Amino acid sequence: MMTKYSFFNLVRNALGHHEGWAPAWRSPEPGKQYDVVIIGGGGHGLATAYYLAKEHGITNVAVLEKGWIGGGNTGRNTTIVRSNYLWDEAAHLYEASMKLWEGLSQDLNFNLMFSQRGVYNLGHNLQDMRDIRRRVDANRLNGIDGEVVDGIELKRRIPILNTSPNSRYPVLGASFQARGGTARHDAVAWGFARGADSFGVDIIQQCEVIGIRQVNGCVTGVETNRGFIGAGKVGIVVAGNSSVLAGLAGFRLPISSHPLQALVSEPLKPVLDTVVMSNAVHGYISQSDKGDLVVGAGIDSFNGYGQRGSFPVIEGVLAAIKALFPVFSRVRMNRQWGGIVDTTPDACPIIGRTPVKGVYINCGWGTGGFKATPGSGYVFAHTLAQERPHSLNEAFSLERFTSGHLIDEHGAAGVAH
Amino acid sequence: MLEIPCPWCGLRCESEFSYGGEAHIVRPENPEALNDEAWADYLFMRKNPRGPHLEQWHHVYGCRRWFNVKRDTLSYRIECSYRVGEQPPEGEI
Ligand SMILES: Cc1cc2nc3c(=O)[nH]c(=O)nc-3n(C[C@H](O)[C@H](O)[C@H](O)COP(=O)(O)OP(=O)(O)OC[C@H]3O[C@@H](n4cnc5c(N)ncnc54)[C@H](O)[C@@H]3O)c2cc1C
Ligand SMILES: [Zn+2]
Repeated sequence: MMTKYSFFNLVRNALGHHEGWAPAWRSPEPGKQYDVVIIGGGGHGLATAYYLAKEHGITNVAVLEKGWIGGGNTGRNTTIVRSNYLWDEAAHLYEASMKLWEGLSQDLNFNLMFSQRGVYNLGHNLQDMRDIRRRVDANRLNGIDGEVVDGIELKRRIPILNTSPNSRYPVLGASFQARGGTARHDAVAWGFARGADSFGVDIIQQCEVIGIRQVNGCVTGVETNRGFIGAGKVGIVVAGNSSVLAGLAGFRLPISSHPLQALVSEPLKPVLDTVVMSNAVHGYISQSDKGDLVVGAGIDSFNGYGQRGSFPVIEGVLAAIKALFPVFSRVRMNRQWGGIVDTTPDACPIIGRTPVKGVYINCGWGTGGFKATPGSGYVFAHTLAQERPHSLNEAFSLERFTSGHLIDEHGAAGVAH
Repeated sequence: MLEIPCPWCGLRCESEFSYGGEAHIVRPENPEALNDEAWADYLFMRKNPRGPHLEQWHHVYGCRRWFNVKRDTLSYRIECSYRVGEQPPEGEI
Protein backbone atom coordinates (compact mmCIF):
# COMPACT_ATOMS: atom_id res chain seq x y z
CA MET A 1 0.00 0.00 0.00
CA MET A 2 1.31 3.44 -0.93
CA THR A 3 2.31 5.71 1.97
CA LYS A 4 0.73 9.09 1.49
CA TYR A 5 3.23 11.95 1.39
CA SER A 6 1.97 14.42 4.00
CA PHE A 7 3.31 16.69 6.70
CA PHE A 8 2.15 14.17 9.30
CA ASN A 9 3.97 11.27 7.62
CA LEU A 10 7.08 13.40 7.19
CA VAL A 11 7.21 14.09 10.91
CA ARG A 12 6.40 10.46 11.76
CA ASN A 13 9.20 9.16 9.52
CA ALA A 14 11.63 11.79 10.77
CA LEU A 15 11.31 10.16 14.19
CA GLY A 16 12.47 6.91 12.57
CA HIS A 17 15.42 8.64 10.84
CA HIS A 18 13.57 8.28 7.52
CA GLU A 19 14.39 4.60 7.34
CA GLY A 20 10.76 3.50 7.33
CA TRP A 21 9.61 4.88 3.97
CA ALA A 22 8.28 2.24 1.59
CA PRO A 23 9.75 2.26 -1.96
CA ALA A 24 7.74 4.55 -4.26
CA TRP A 25 7.07 1.64 -6.63
CA ARG A 26 7.69 -2.13 -6.65
CA SER A 27 10.13 -3.88 -8.99
CA PRO A 28 8.20 -7.03 -9.87
CA GLU A 29 9.27 -9.88 -12.13
CA PRO A 30 7.47 -9.71 -15.49
CA GLY A 31 4.12 -11.52 -15.49
CA LYS A 32 3.08 -13.98 -18.23
CA GLN A 33 0.11 -12.09 -19.66
CA TYR A 34 -1.19 -8.54 -19.40
CA ASP A 35 -4.26 -6.79 -20.77
CA VAL A 36 -2.05 -3.93 -21.91
CA VAL A 37 1.73 -3.72 -22.28
CA ILE A 38 3.20 -0.23 -22.58
CA ILE A 39 6.62 -0.15 -24.23
CA GLY A 40 8.70 2.75 -22.89
CA GLY A 41 8.90 4.02 -19.33
CA GLY A 42 9.23 7.71 -20.06
CA GLY A 43 6.75 10.25 -18.77
CA HIS A 44 4.27 9.53 -21.57
CA GLY A 45 4.31 5.75 -21.07
CA LEU A 46 3.97 6.02 -17.30
CA ALA A 47 1.19 8.61 -17.59
CA THR A 48 -0.63 6.28 -20.00
CA ALA A 49 -0.46 3.44 -17.48
CA TYR A 50 -1.61 5.72 -14.68
CA TYR A 51 -4.69 6.96 -16.57
CA LEU A 52 -5.48 3.45 -17.87
CA ALA A 53 -5.81 2.38 -14.25
CA LYS A 54 -7.35 5.52 -12.85
CA GLU A 55 -9.80 6.51 -15.59
CA HIS A 56 -10.57 3.14 -17.18
CA GLY A 57 -10.07 0.62 -14.38
CA ILE A 58 -7.56 -1.36 -16.46
CA THR A 59 -4.90 -2.39 -13.97
CA ASN A 60 -3.46 -5.61 -15.44
CA VAL A 61 -0.85 -3.46 -17.15
CA ALA A 62 2.93 -3.55 -17.48
CA VAL A 63 5.28 -0.73 -18.43
CA LEU A 64 8.45 -2.14 -19.99
CA GLU A 65 11.52 0.12 -19.92
CA LYS A 66 14.83 -0.93 -21.41
CA GLY A 67 16.88 1.33 -19.13
CA TRP A 68 15.59 3.14 -16.09
CA ILE A 69 12.31 5.08 -16.02
CA GLY A 70 12.69 8.70 -17.03
CA GLY A 71 16.18 8.03 -18.43
CA GLY A 72 15.15 9.04 -21.95
CA ASN A 73 13.95 12.46 -23.03
CA THR A 74 11.85 12.81 -19.89
CA GLY A 75 15.01 13.20 -17.81
CA ARG A 76 16.91 15.14 -20.48
CA ASN A 77 14.58 17.95 -21.47
CA THR A 78 14.53 21.63 -20.53
CA THR A 79 11.05 21.23 -18.94
CA ILE A 80 9.27 24.14 -20.59
CA VAL A 81 5.49 23.86 -20.29
CA ARG A 82 3.10 26.03 -22.32
CA SER A 83 -0.05 25.60 -24.42
CA ASN A 84 -0.02 28.57 -26.79
CA TYR A 85 -0.11 26.62 -30.07
CA LEU A 86 -1.66 28.14 -33.17
CA TRP A 87 -4.01 25.58 -34.70
CA ASP A 88 -7.17 24.45 -32.93
CA GLU A 89 -6.26 20.74 -32.83
CA ALA A 90 -2.87 21.36 -31.22
CA ALA A 91 -4.09 24.17 -28.96
CA HIS A 92 -6.87 22.00 -27.53
CA LEU A 93 -4.55 19.05 -26.90
CA TYR A 94 -1.82 21.07 -25.19
CA GLU A 95 -4.34 23.12 -23.23
CA ALA A 96 -5.96 19.94 -21.91
CA SER A 97 -2.51 18.94 -20.77
CA MET A 98 -1.95 22.33 -19.13
CA LYS A 99 -5.20 21.93 -17.17
CA LEU A 100 -4.00 18.54 -15.94
CA TRP A 101 -0.64 20.03 -14.90
CA GLU A 102 -2.46 22.59 -12.79
CA GLY A 103 -3.82 19.90 -10.47
CA LEU A 104 -1.25 17.18 -10.98
CA SER A 105 0.91 17.48 -7.86
CA GLN A 106 -2.25 17.12 -5.77
CA ASP A 107 -3.64 14.33 -7.91
CA LEU A 108 -0.41 12.31 -7.76
CA ASN A 109 0.40 13.31 -4.17
CA PHE A 110 3.88 14.06 -5.50
CA ASN A 111 5.57 17.46 -5.65
CA LEU A 112 6.24 18.05 -9.35
CA MET A 113 7.62 21.52 -8.60
CA PHE A 114 5.28 22.81 -11.31
CA SER A 115 6.05 26.51 -11.48
CA GLN A 116 3.84 28.79 -13.58
CA ARG A 117 6.48 31.45 -13.94
CA GLY A 118 5.36 32.43 -17.45
CA VAL A 119 6.89 31.85 -20.89
CA TYR A 120 8.00 34.54 -23.35
CA ASN A 121 8.48 33.83 -27.07
CA LEU A 122 10.58 36.62 -28.53
CA GLY A 123 9.89 38.44 -31.79
CA HIS A 124 12.93 39.75 -33.64
CA ASN A 125 11.40 41.43 -36.68
CA LEU A 126 8.08 42.78 -37.92
CA GLN A 127 6.93 39.47 -39.38
CA ASP A 128 7.71 37.72 -36.05
CA MET A 129 5.53 40.32 -34.31
CA ARG A 130 2.68 39.80 -36.78
CA ASP A 131 2.87 36.05 -36.26
CA ILE A 132 2.90 36.56 -32.50
CA ARG A 133 -0.17 38.80 -32.70
CA ARG A 134 -1.98 36.22 -34.82
CA ARG A 135 -1.05 33.36 -32.49
CA VAL A 136 -2.03 35.22 -29.32
CA ASP A 137 -5.37 36.17 -30.90
CA ALA A 138 -5.94 32.54 -31.93
CA ASN A 139 -5.04 31.38 -28.42
CA ARG A 140 -7.48 33.77 -26.81
CA LEU A 141 -10.29 32.67 -29.11
CA ASN A 142 -9.50 29.15 -27.90
CA GLY A 143 -9.70 30.25 -24.26
CA ILE A 144 -5.93 30.07 -23.74
CA ASP A 145 -4.29 32.95 -21.93
CA GLY A 146 -1.88 35.07 -23.94
CA GLU A 147 -0.59 38.58 -24.22
CA VAL A 148 1.48 40.54 -26.72
CA VAL A 149 4.23 42.44 -24.93
CA ASP A 150 6.10 45.29 -26.65
CA GLY A 151 9.83 45.92 -26.38
CA ILE A 152 9.58 48.62 -23.72
CA GLU A 153 7.36 46.57 -21.45
CA LEU A 154 9.55 43.52 -22.03
CA LYS A 155 12.65 45.45 -20.92
CA ARG A 156 10.78 46.53 -17.79
CA ARG A 157 9.87 42.94 -16.96
CA ILE A 158 13.22 41.34 -17.89
CA PRO A 159 15.84 44.03 -17.28
CA ILE A 160 18.78 41.77 -18.19
CA LEU A 161 17.40 41.13 -21.71
CA ASN A 162 19.28 43.04 -24.39
CA THR A 163 16.62 45.07 -26.23
CA SER A 164 19.02 47.58 -27.72
CA PRO A 165 18.26 48.26 -31.42
CA ASN A 166 21.95 47.73 -32.12
CA SER A 167 22.04 44.20 -30.73
CA ARG A 168 22.85 41.21 -32.92
CA TYR A 169 19.27 39.92 -32.56
CA PRO A 170 17.03 42.97 -32.01
CA VAL A 171 14.05 42.21 -29.77
CA LEU A 172 10.83 43.98 -30.78
CA GLY A 173 8.53 42.25 -28.34
CA ALA A 174 7.21 38.86 -27.33
CA SER A 175 4.20 36.72 -26.73
CA PHE A 176 3.63 35.90 -23.08
CA GLN A 177 1.71 33.01 -21.56
CA ALA A 178 1.47 33.60 -17.82
CA ARG A 179 0.27 30.06 -17.08
CA GLY A 180 3.33 28.57 -18.79
CA GLY A 181 6.41 27.63 -16.85
CA THR A 182 8.51 24.64 -15.84
CA ALA A 183 8.24 21.42 -13.83
CA ARG A 184 10.73 18.98 -12.37
CA HIS A 185 11.26 16.33 -15.07
CA ASP A 186 12.35 13.41 -12.84
CA ALA A 187 9.48 14.02 -10.47
CA VAL A 188 7.02 13.68 -13.35
CA ALA A 189 8.32 10.18 -14.15
CA TRP A 190 8.49 9.19 -10.49
CA GLY A 191 5.09 10.65 -9.62
CA PHE A 192 3.31 8.83 -12.46
CA ALA A 193 5.25 5.62 -11.69
CA ARG A 194 4.26 5.74 -8.05
CA GLY A 195 0.65 6.52 -8.95
CA ALA A 196 0.43 3.73 -11.52
CA ASP A 197 2.11 1.25 -9.17
CA SER A 198 -0.39 2.04 -6.44
CA PHE A 199 -3.15 0.80 -8.78
CA GLY A 200 -1.23 -2.44 -9.36
CA VAL A 201 0.57 -1.59 -12.62
CA ASP A 202 3.89 -3.49 -12.97
CA ILE A 203 6.81 -1.22 -13.80
CA ILE A 204 9.57 -3.38 -15.19
CA GLN A 205 12.93 -1.74 -15.79
CA GLN A 206 15.92 -3.25 -17.63
CA CYS A 207 13.43 -4.93 -19.94
CA GLU A 208 14.01 -4.21 -23.63
CA VAL A 209 11.43 -5.12 -26.25
CA ILE A 210 13.15 -6.85 -29.17
CA GLY A 211 10.17 -8.24 -31.05
CA ILE A 212 6.42 -7.87 -31.43
CA ARG A 213 4.68 -11.21 -31.85
CA GLN A 214 1.63 -11.37 -34.12
CA VAL A 215 -0.78 -14.04 -35.26
CA ASN A 216 -2.76 -13.26 -38.41
CA GLY A 217 -2.01 -9.54 -38.15
CA CYS A 218 -3.10 -9.45 -34.50
CA VAL A 219 -0.69 -8.75 -31.68
CA THR A 220 -0.24 -11.49 -29.06
CA GLY A 221 2.64 -10.09 -27.03
CA VAL A 222 6.22 -8.88 -27.03
CA GLU A 223 9.61 -10.57 -27.06
CA THR A 224 11.98 -9.06 -24.54
CA ASN A 225 15.47 -9.68 -23.18
CA ARG A 226 13.62 -11.23 -20.23
CA GLY A 227 11.47 -13.55 -22.30
CA PHE A 228 8.08 -13.43 -23.99
CA ILE A 229 5.35 -11.35 -22.35
CA GLY A 230 1.79 -11.88 -23.56
CA ALA A 231 -0.40 -8.83 -24.21
CA GLY A 232 -3.96 -8.19 -25.35
CA LYS A 233 -2.94 -4.72 -26.53
CA VAL A 234 0.41 -3.02 -26.92
CA GLY A 235 1.12 0.71 -26.68
CA ILE A 236 4.42 1.91 -28.18
CA VAL A 237 5.64 5.07 -26.41
CA VAL A 238 9.38 5.15 -27.08
CA ALA A 239 10.00 8.68 -28.44
CA GLY A 240 13.27 8.65 -30.43
CA ASN A 241 13.14 4.87 -30.95
CA SER A 242 9.65 4.83 -32.51
CA SER A 243 10.85 3.88 -36.00
CA VAL A 244 12.78 0.94 -34.52
CA LEU A 245 9.71 -0.43 -32.73
CA ALA A 246 7.50 0.21 -35.77
CA GLY A 247 10.05 -1.77 -37.77
CA LEU A 248 9.72 -4.68 -35.33
CA ALA A 249 5.95 -4.56 -35.74
CA GLY A 250 6.25 -4.26 -39.53
CA PHE A 251 5.05 -0.79 -40.49
CA ARG A 252 6.68 2.51 -41.47
CA LEU A 253 6.50 5.92 -39.82
CA PRO A 254 6.99 9.48 -41.10
CA ILE A 255 9.55 10.06 -38.35
CA SER A 256 13.15 11.18 -38.24
CA SER A 257 15.13 10.79 -35.03
CA HIS A 258 17.49 13.63 -34.24
CA PRO A 259 19.78 14.53 -31.36
CA LEU A 260 18.57 17.50 -29.31
CA GLN A 261 21.03 19.03 -26.89
CA ALA A 262 20.75 20.98 -23.66
CA LEU A 263 23.13 22.27 -21.07
CA VAL A 264 23.17 23.76 -17.57
CA SER A 265 25.46 26.30 -15.99
CA GLU A 266 27.02 26.52 -12.58
CA PRO A 267 24.41 27.61 -9.99
CA LEU A 268 23.81 31.36 -9.75
CA LYS A 269 21.82 33.60 -7.42
CA PRO A 270 18.26 34.17 -8.71
CA VAL A 271 18.59 36.27 -11.87
CA LEU A 272 15.88 35.09 -14.30
CA ASP A 273 12.38 34.47 -12.90
CA THR A 274 10.66 33.39 -16.11
CA VAL A 275 11.23 31.36 -19.28
CA VAL A 276 12.55 33.05 -22.42
CA MET A 277 12.46 31.35 -25.80
CA SER A 278 13.64 32.53 -29.18
CA ASN A 279 12.63 30.28 -32.02
CA ALA A 280 14.43 32.41 -34.58
CA VAL A 281 17.86 31.88 -33.03
CA HIS A 282 17.05 28.55 -31.31
CA GLY A 283 17.84 29.56 -27.76
CA TYR A 284 15.71 28.66 -24.75
CA ILE A 285 16.58 29.64 -21.21
CA SER A 286 15.24 29.49 -17.67
CA GLN A 287 16.75 29.22 -14.22
CA SER A 288 16.16 26.14 -12.13
CA ASP A 289 15.29 26.30 -8.46
CA LYS A 290 18.86 25.12 -7.77
CA GLY A 291 20.10 28.24 -9.53
CA ASP A 292 21.59 26.79 -12.69
CA LEU A 293 20.68 28.29 -16.03
CA VAL A 294 18.97 25.65 -18.15
CA VAL A 295 19.69 26.21 -21.83
CA GLY A 296 18.11 24.35 -24.74
CA ALA A 297 19.21 24.35 -28.37
CA GLY A 298 17.70 23.44 -31.72
CA ILE A 299 18.05 19.91 -33.10
CA ASP A 300 21.20 18.62 -34.74
CA SER A 301 20.28 18.39 -38.42
CA PHE A 302 21.34 14.77 -39.01
CA ASN A 303 19.48 11.59 -38.05
CA GLY A 304 21.02 10.23 -34.87
CA TYR A 305 20.38 7.80 -32.04
CA GLY A 306 23.61 8.45 -30.11
CA GLN A 307 22.11 10.71 -27.38
CA ARG A 308 24.76 13.27 -28.21
CA GLY A 309 25.08 15.93 -30.85
CA SER A 310 27.72 18.13 -32.40
CA PHE A 311 29.63 21.06 -30.99
CA PRO A 312 28.53 23.71 -33.53
CA VAL A 313 24.97 23.47 -32.17
CA ILE A 314 26.17 24.23 -28.64
CA GLU A 315 28.31 27.07 -29.92
CA GLY A 316 25.32 28.46 -31.83
CA VAL A 317 22.90 28.37 -28.91
CA LEU A 318 25.39 29.91 -26.48
CA ALA A 319 26.24 32.67 -28.94
CA ALA A 320 22.52 33.44 -29.22
CA ILE A 321 21.98 33.38 -25.45
CA LYS A 322 24.99 35.63 -24.93
CA ALA A 323 23.71 38.13 -27.51
CA LEU A 324 20.28 38.20 -25.81
CA PHE A 325 21.70 38.24 -22.27
CA PRO A 326 25.15 39.87 -22.32
CA VAL A 327 25.16 39.60 -18.51
CA PHE A 328 25.68 35.82 -18.87
CA SER A 329 28.80 36.15 -21.00
CA ARG A 330 31.13 34.82 -18.32
CA VAL A 331 28.87 32.16 -16.81
CA ARG A 332 30.49 28.73 -17.02
CA MET A 333 28.49 25.78 -18.27
CA ASN A 334 28.61 22.72 -16.07
CA ARG A 335 27.04 19.83 -17.96
CA GLN A 336 25.86 19.12 -21.48
CA TRP A 337 23.89 16.20 -22.94
CA GLY A 338 21.59 15.11 -25.71
CA GLY A 339 18.33 13.23 -26.10
CA ILE A 340 16.82 11.66 -29.22
CA VAL A 341 13.71 13.40 -30.47
CA ASP A 342 11.20 11.94 -32.90
CA THR A 343 10.27 14.67 -35.39
CA THR A 344 7.35 14.52 -37.83
CA PRO A 345 6.82 16.47 -41.07
CA ASP A 346 4.14 18.67 -39.46
CA ALA A 347 5.73 18.96 -36.00
CA CYS A 348 2.71 17.28 -34.44
CA PRO A 349 2.45 13.98 -32.58
CA ILE A 350 0.99 10.71 -33.87
CA ILE A 351 -1.43 9.14 -31.40
CA GLY A 352 -3.61 6.24 -32.39
CA ARG A 353 -3.89 2.82 -33.97
CA THR A 354 -1.38 1.25 -36.35
CA PRO A 355 -1.67 -1.20 -39.24
CA VAL A 356 -1.19 -4.05 -36.72
CA LYS A 357 -4.37 -4.94 -34.84
CA GLY A 358 -3.95 -4.34 -31.11
CA VAL A 359 -0.83 -2.22 -31.52
CA TYR A 360 -1.21 1.49 -30.78
CA ILE A 361 1.42 4.19 -31.01
CA ASN A 362 2.05 7.51 -29.32
CA CYS A 363 5.06 9.28 -30.80
CA GLY A 364 6.28 12.20 -32.85
CA TRP A 365 6.30 14.68 -29.96
CA GLY A 366 9.71 15.73 -31.16
CA THR A 367 11.27 18.63 -29.35
CA GLY A 368 8.17 19.55 -27.38
CA GLY A 369 6.43 16.67 -25.67
CA PHE A 370 7.34 17.18 -22.04
CA LYS A 371 4.64 19.80 -21.65
CA ALA A 372 2.15 17.30 -23.02
CA THR A 373 3.04 14.43 -20.68
CA PRO A 374 -0.21 14.29 -18.68
CA GLY A 375 -2.46 15.08 -21.64
CA SER A 376 -0.69 12.59 -23.87
CA GLY A 377 -1.08 9.84 -21.29
CA TYR A 378 -4.71 10.78 -20.77
CA VAL A 379 -5.77 10.59 -24.43
CA PHE A 380 -3.60 7.56 -25.18
CA ALA A 381 -5.10 5.65 -22.26
CA HIS A 382 -8.53 6.50 -23.66
CA THR A 383 -7.49 5.32 -27.14
CA LEU A 384 -6.16 2.01 -25.77
CA ALA A 385 -9.10 1.38 -23.47
CA GLN A 386 -11.91 2.34 -25.87
CA GLU A 387 -10.10 1.21 -29.05
CA ARG A 388 -10.88 4.57 -30.60
CA PRO A 389 -9.35 8.02 -30.17
CA HIS A 390 -10.46 10.62 -27.66
CA SER A 391 -11.90 13.69 -29.44
CA LEU A 392 -8.66 15.51 -28.50
CA ASN A 393 -6.38 13.13 -30.44
CA GLU A 394 -8.66 12.17 -33.33
CA ALA A 395 -6.86 14.55 -35.70
CA PHE A 396 -3.45 13.15 -34.74
CA SER A 397 -3.80 9.76 -36.41
CA LEU A 398 -1.10 8.10 -38.50
CA GLU A 399 -3.63 8.11 -41.36
CA ARG A 400 -3.39 11.90 -41.67
CA PHE A 401 -0.21 11.46 -43.71
CA THR A 402 -2.19 9.47 -46.24
CA SER A 403 -5.31 11.62 -46.29
CA GLY A 404 -3.29 14.84 -46.35
CA HIS A 405 -4.84 16.34 -43.21
CA LEU A 406 -1.55 17.56 -41.76
CA ILE A 407 -1.61 19.99 -38.84
CA ASP A 408 1.07 22.45 -39.81
CA GLU A 409 2.34 23.67 -36.44
CA HIS A 410 5.85 23.98 -37.83
CA GLY A 411 6.95 27.55 -37.53
CA ALA A 412 3.48 28.72 -36.71
CA ALA A 413 3.60 28.16 -32.98
CA GLY A 414 7.32 28.37 -32.58
CA VAL A 415 9.33 25.42 -33.69
CA ALA A 416 10.36 23.87 -30.47
CA HIS A 417 9.72 22.87 -26.89
CA MET B 1 31.74 17.74 -34.80
CA LEU B 2 31.50 15.36 -37.72
CA GLU B 3 34.26 15.42 -40.29
CA ILE B 4 32.62 14.75 -43.62
CA PRO B 5 34.47 13.59 -46.72
CA CYS B 6 33.17 15.60 -49.68
CA PRO B 7 33.88 13.54 -52.81
CA TRP B 8 35.23 16.71 -54.48
CA CYS B 9 36.91 18.64 -51.63
CA GLY B 10 38.03 15.97 -49.17
CA LEU B 11 37.56 15.97 -45.40
CA ARG B 12 35.82 19.10 -44.10
CA CYS B 13 34.04 20.15 -40.89
CA GLU B 14 30.32 19.49 -40.50
CA SER B 15 29.61 23.22 -40.17
CA GLU B 16 30.38 23.61 -43.91
CA PHE B 17 27.52 21.26 -44.83
CA SER B 18 23.78 21.05 -44.68
CA TYR B 19 21.90 17.80 -44.29
CA GLY B 20 19.50 16.38 -46.84
CA GLY B 21 18.05 13.28 -45.18
CA GLU B 22 17.59 9.78 -46.58
CA ALA B 23 19.26 9.09 -49.93
CA HIS B 24 18.00 7.11 -52.92
CA ILE B 25 14.35 8.16 -52.61
CA VAL B 26 13.22 8.16 -56.22
CA ARG B 27 10.36 10.38 -57.28
CA PRO B 28 7.70 8.17 -58.85
CA GLU B 29 7.68 8.38 -62.64
CA ASN B 30 3.95 8.88 -62.79
CA PRO B 31 2.56 10.29 -59.50
CA GLU B 32 -0.96 10.44 -60.92
CA ALA B 33 -0.99 6.65 -61.14
CA LEU B 34 -0.28 6.17 -57.44
CA ASN B 35 -2.86 5.60 -54.74
CA ASP B 36 -2.74 7.73 -51.57
CA GLU B 37 -0.79 5.10 -49.60
CA ALA B 38 1.99 4.89 -52.16
CA TRP B 39 2.16 8.68 -52.46
CA ALA B 40 2.30 9.10 -48.64
CA ASP B 41 5.01 6.48 -48.50
CA TYR B 42 7.08 8.40 -51.03
CA LEU B 43 6.46 11.81 -49.44
CA PHE B 44 6.63 11.09 -45.73
CA MET B 45 7.66 7.60 -44.66
CA ARG B 46 11.35 7.21 -43.82
CA LYS B 47 13.65 4.33 -42.90
CA ASN B 48 15.19 6.28 -40.02
CA PRO B 49 17.36 3.29 -39.03
CA ARG B 50 19.28 2.87 -35.81
CA GLY B 51 22.55 1.89 -37.48
CA PRO B 52 23.92 2.26 -41.03
CA HIS B 53 22.15 4.99 -43.02
CA LEU B 54 22.55 6.18 -46.60
CA GLU B 55 21.99 9.92 -46.57
CA GLN B 56 22.47 13.11 -48.58
CA TRP B 57 24.68 16.04 -47.66
CA HIS B 58 25.20 19.37 -49.38
CA HIS B 59 28.59 21.07 -49.25
CA VAL B 60 26.83 24.40 -48.99
CA TYR B 61 29.79 26.50 -47.76
CA GLY B 62 32.23 24.72 -50.09
CA CYS B 63 31.80 23.41 -53.62
CA ARG B 64 27.98 23.57 -53.23
CA ARG B 65 27.49 20.05 -54.56
CA TRP B 66 25.18 17.35 -53.25
CA PHE B 67 26.55 13.88 -52.50
CA ASN B 68 25.77 10.73 -50.52
CA VAL B 69 27.25 9.43 -47.29
CA LYS B 70 27.03 6.08 -45.51
CA ARG B 71 27.00 6.87 -41.80
CA ASP B 72 26.05 4.91 -38.69
CA THR B 73 23.31 6.80 -36.82
CA LEU B 74 24.26 5.23 -33.48
CA SER B 75 28.06 5.65 -33.47
CA TYR B 76 27.95 8.56 -35.98
CA ARG B 77 30.92 6.90 -37.74
CA ILE B 78 31.10 7.76 -41.43
CA GLU B 79 32.03 4.79 -43.58
CA CYS B 80 32.30 6.46 -46.97
CA SER B 81 30.89 9.06 -49.31
CA TYR B 82 29.97 8.72 -52.98
CA ARG B 83 28.56 10.88 -55.74
CA VAL B 84 24.94 11.47 -56.62
CA GLY B 85 23.80 8.91 -59.15
CA GLU B 86 26.22 6.28 -57.81
CA GLN B 87 25.19 3.32 -55.71
CA PRO B 88 26.80 2.77 -52.31
CA PRO B 89 30.12 0.88 -52.73
CA GLU B 90 29.19 -2.39 -51.00
CA GLY B 91 25.62 -2.79 -52.20
CA GLU B 92 22.43 -2.02 -50.36
CA ILE B 93 22.07 -2.02 -46.57
C1 LIG C 1 17.34 18.31 -24.80
C2 LIG C 1 15.85 18.24 -24.86
C3 LIG C 1 15.08 19.35 -24.48
C4 LIG C 1 13.70 19.29 -24.52
N1 LIG C 1 13.00 20.36 -24.03
C5 LIG C 1 11.65 20.30 -23.95
C6 LIG C 1 10.93 21.37 -23.33
O1 LIG C 1 11.50 22.35 -22.85
N2 LIG C 1 9.56 21.27 -23.29
C7 LIG C 1 8.90 20.20 -23.81
O2 LIG C 1 7.67 20.19 -23.76
N3 LIG C 1 9.57 19.15 -24.37
C8 LIG C 1 10.93 19.17 -24.46
N4 LIG C 1 11.63 18.12 -25.01
C9 LIG C 1 10.88 16.99 -25.61
C10 LIG C 1 10.43 15.99 -24.56
O3 LIG C 1 11.49 15.66 -23.71
C11 LIG C 1 9.87 14.72 -25.23
O4 LIG C 1 8.93 15.06 -26.24
C12 LIG C 1 9.16 13.85 -24.22
O5 LIG C 1 9.92 13.70 -23.05
C13 LIG C 1 8.88 12.50 -24.80
O6 LIG C 1 8.45 11.75 -23.68
P1 LIG C 1 8.45 10.24 -23.57
O7 LIG C 1 8.11 9.93 -22.22
O8 LIG C 1 7.56 9.72 -24.63
O9 LIG C 1 9.96 9.86 -24.00
P2 LIG C 1 11.19 9.23 -23.19
O10 LIG C 1 11.36 9.82 -21.85
O11 LIG C 1 12.35 9.30 -24.13
O12 LIG C 1 10.70 7.75 -22.99
C14 LIG C 1 10.82 6.72 -23.96
C15 LIG C 1 11.38 5.52 -23.25
O13 LIG C 1 11.31 4.38 -24.08
C16 LIG C 1 12.39 3.54 -23.76
N5 LIG C 1 12.61 2.57 -24.84
C17 LIG C 1 13.08 2.80 -26.08
N6 LIG C 1 13.15 1.66 -26.79
C18 LIG C 1 12.70 0.66 -25.97
C19 LIG C 1 12.54 -0.74 -26.13
N7 LIG C 1 12.86 -1.37 -27.26
N8 LIG C 1 12.05 -1.46 -25.07
C20 LIG C 1 11.74 -0.84 -23.90
N9 LIG C 1 11.88 0.49 -23.71
C21 LIG C 1 12.36 1.23 -24.73
C22 LIG C 1 13.54 4.52 -23.58
O14 LIG C 1 14.59 3.95 -22.82
C23 LIG C 1 12.86 5.68 -22.87
O15 LIG C 1 12.99 5.66 -21.47
C24 LIG C 1 13.03 18.13 -25.00
C25 LIG C 1 13.78 17.02 -25.39
C26 LIG C 1 15.17 17.06 -25.32
C27 LIG C 1 15.97 15.85 -25.72
ZN1 LIG D 1 32.85 19.97 -51.61
